[in-house]
Amino acid sequence: MSSIGTGYDLSASQFSPDGRVFQVEYAAKAVENSGTVIGLRGKDGVVFAVEKLVSSKLYEPGANKRIFHVDEHVGMAVAGLISDARQIVETARSEASNYRSQYGVPVPLKYLNERVSMYMHAYTLYSAVRPYGCSVIMGTWTDYEGPQMYMLEPSGVSFSYFGCAVGKAKQAAKTEIEKLKLADLTVKELVKEAARIIYIVHDELKDKQFELELSWVCKDSNGRHQLVPKDMAVEAENLAKQALADIEDSDEGDI
Amino acid sequence: MAFAGNFMNPAPLWHNGPSPGAFYSFPANTTSMGPSRETVSDFKAHSATPITTTTTVIGLKFDKGCVIAADTLGSYGSLARFRDCPRVLKVNDLILLGSGGDYADYQYLKDIIEQKIIDEQCIGDGLNLKPKSLHCWLTRVLYNKRSKMDPLWSNYIVAGIQDGEPFLGAVDKLGTAYEDAAIATGLGAYMATPLLRDAVDKGPIDEETAKNVVQKCMEVLFYRDARSFPRYQLGVVNTNGVTVSETIELKHDWTLAHMIHMK
Amino acid sequence: MVVKTDLEAASANDKPSTGGQWLSQWHNYNFNLTSQWFRNQYDSDVTVWSPQGRLHQVEYAMEAVKLGSATVGLKNKQFAVLIALKRAVSELSAYQKKIIPIDDHIGISISGLTADARMLSRFMRTECLNHRYAHDAPMPVGRLISLVGNKMQICTQRYDKRPLGVGLLVAGYDDQGPHIYQTCPSANYFDCRAMAIGARSQSARTYLEKHLNTFLDCDLNELVAHGLRALRDTLPNEVDLNNKNVSIAIVGPNTPLRIAEDPDLSRYLSLVEGEERRGGASATGDAGGPAEGEGEPAAQVQGRYKR
Repeated sequence: MSSIGTGYDLSASQFSPDGRVFQVEYAAKAVENSGTVIGLRGKDGVVFAVEKLVSSKLYEPGANKRIFHVDEHVGMAVAGLISDARQIVETARSEASNYRSQYGVPVPLKYLNERVSMYMHAYTLYSAVRPYGCSVIMGTWTDYEGPQMYMLEPSGVSFSYFGCAVGKAKQAAKTEIEKLKLADLTVKELVKEAARIIYIVHDELKDKQFELELSWVCKDSNGRHQLVPKDMAVEAENLAKQALADIEDSDEGDI
Repeated sequence: MAFAGNFMNPAPLWHNGPSPGAFYSFPANTTSMGPSRETVSDFKAHSATPITTTTTVIGLKFDKGCVIAADTLGSYGSLARFRDCPRVLKVNDLILLGSGGDYADYQYLKDIIEQKIIDEQCIGDGLNLKPKSLHCWLTRVLYNKRSKMDPLWSNYIVAGIQDGEPFLGAVDKLGTAYEDAAIATGLGAYMATPLLRDAVDKGPIDEETAKNVVQKCMEVLFYRDARSFPRYQLGVVNTNGVTVSETIELKHDWTLAHMIHMK
Repeated sequence: MVVKTDLEAASANDKPSTGGQWLSQWHNYNFNLTSQWFRNQYDSDVTVWSPQGRLHQVEYAMEAVKLGSATVGLKNKQFAVLIALKRAVSELSAYQKKIIPIDDHIGISISGLTADARMLSRFMRTECLNHRYAHDAPMPVGRLISLVGNKMQICTQRYDKRPLGVGLLVAGYDDQGPHIYQTCPSANYFDCRAMAIGARSQSARTYLEKHLNTFLDCDLNELVAHGLRALRDTLPNEVDLNNKNVSIAIVGPNTPLRIAEDPDLSRYLSLVEGEERRGGASATGDAGGPAEGEGEPAAQVQGRYKR
């Protein structure tokens, strides 16, 4: 990497001679070491799926969730340093709460996204702080605007997406997502696709244990963000395991 | 000490430069917290009267839960100004809240309580606010405000299920808090309490009896209280959860009215 | 031209496998041969990301946890138990306290910089008291931990602060039953079925993992015995547990947190007395530093933070 050892990569408040802020790029690296997180925006809602890597048997199952509720109607899935991400969650929650108290209605995601992006961006401007080591995906569904989804990066940049992936296997996940006709799929179908993608992109050799987290915010949930109902999540996970087994079988056949 | 600096108001990160907080408040950059640095003005006006008011709210415990009832009139002085002021609130599946007094103050606290519940749902740990906790919290809030000589001008009845048992508690605008099996605030404290206590003292009552007693009280209050209204809401909390009724219309009969002579 | 220095190779070996999820992999470094002085130029501040997306200052703070003596936490269906190994700085000194009560229903056991732990415990006590004041109810354990996590994160992101060099095991009991939480200097925290931290704690974790499935159903005495055995596995052969160097705290339903005093303490110790010791200590996975007194290595670590 050309950046190393030049001395221009030690502070977020410093440009390199070719106009880059390396500290921000390095922070993005921290996100790429994390378990894969995907968000899918379908016909009638948004689905989040997370490959949560579990580094010890001693942890309680379900601990350290990577999907958060920001408000009744907004969900957030996070990749990268979980302790950093929790600060983003807190910020988003207080923005949502503040908006509600000021205007008496749930915060529009477009506005919330702008505020949270601005917050993350502020941490890329000063040498006294470091950029956040996490990316987050926010999603909602409303009656009047339908499903919406944004992904925010450590740089403070954010875009609206139909489908997005972040973390270790984001390339592989993106390839899978691109095969889907997102605009035609319902959340019930997307849950299965999301589970399948997480299982496919999971690297069994490098990371042994993982837990699948699934959540949605959709028409059927009355625009509330919630974990995918248990029976449906179990079904999606079983289908995903089956799909993975089929792939492995056919791979062996090739040999 | 000079080295340690002021603990509550730490020095900014650096001087003569843009402060990060100016762009967006950083957490723990507590310059905005701690003792207020506003200049104290010599005079400050506090609310000394309620404006739009509601009257009695009554609460009654029964064997497996509680009921709360309150009419829907918002009075502006003696003027019956607003006819649809609901003030029986479902807080969560365990708690029912009723309020009387300044309606704006109630709405203010209602928003805060509702946000408390949303915050709790966001945490998503499966724990729910319990009635005792809300009762205690309201006491702290109301007492704190009154101690600043700026009270929230309203009374509250908290009803709910606390660890399987019915809970009924009241807090007034001064932060006076108590628990009882039968509670009535406002003018109802004088007229409904005896009726409620009568019912309670006869022994354990069931949900149906409790509802009937409360209805009777609402009727009496409507006849006697000049700031009352024949439409009211009934809230019930039992082991199945919390329900708040649509507006109930009281039957009333004023044919006897001509016999009452004022001297 | 790049080489891997010996220094680096040596230090790579005693890196823990359980640095938590802070960063899952230890990457290979490439070092500039000419700049051994700047062995790692990205570790000077907590505000500096390394090119690999790591925060060295935070990782170093994680190392401080391993300088403290070991402590174990575990739970069954009702009780949460903390067991800690205490050290004395010298023959003449008393043993350093390892378990700090927070509230009637929460206690912590510490490993790392004691002073940092005292700061955190004061914060936790205040939060518990405030919660009792405002809500007339004990603080739910998980919520307290998330407050601690959020507090600790702030000093991993600011130039004028340093991460707290202490790890905690938190035992607590609330409406959802007993809990064991682990917190790290990285501001990560973990809801655990059982956990051990501190010097040579890998041996204890190995023991805990092996017996993990028996904990939930065993009674309190067996639970404590398991904890003592796990802790004993961290000891060098010539040292054994006794009523001076062991501290036990128990919390559960209708059992406010209590730190076992002598008649009880000795009774618990007798549960595992005379058992044949397994060769745990020699098979430690993490070097974690030799078992000096807690005071001395702590001072060294503190020196490292000075700029």
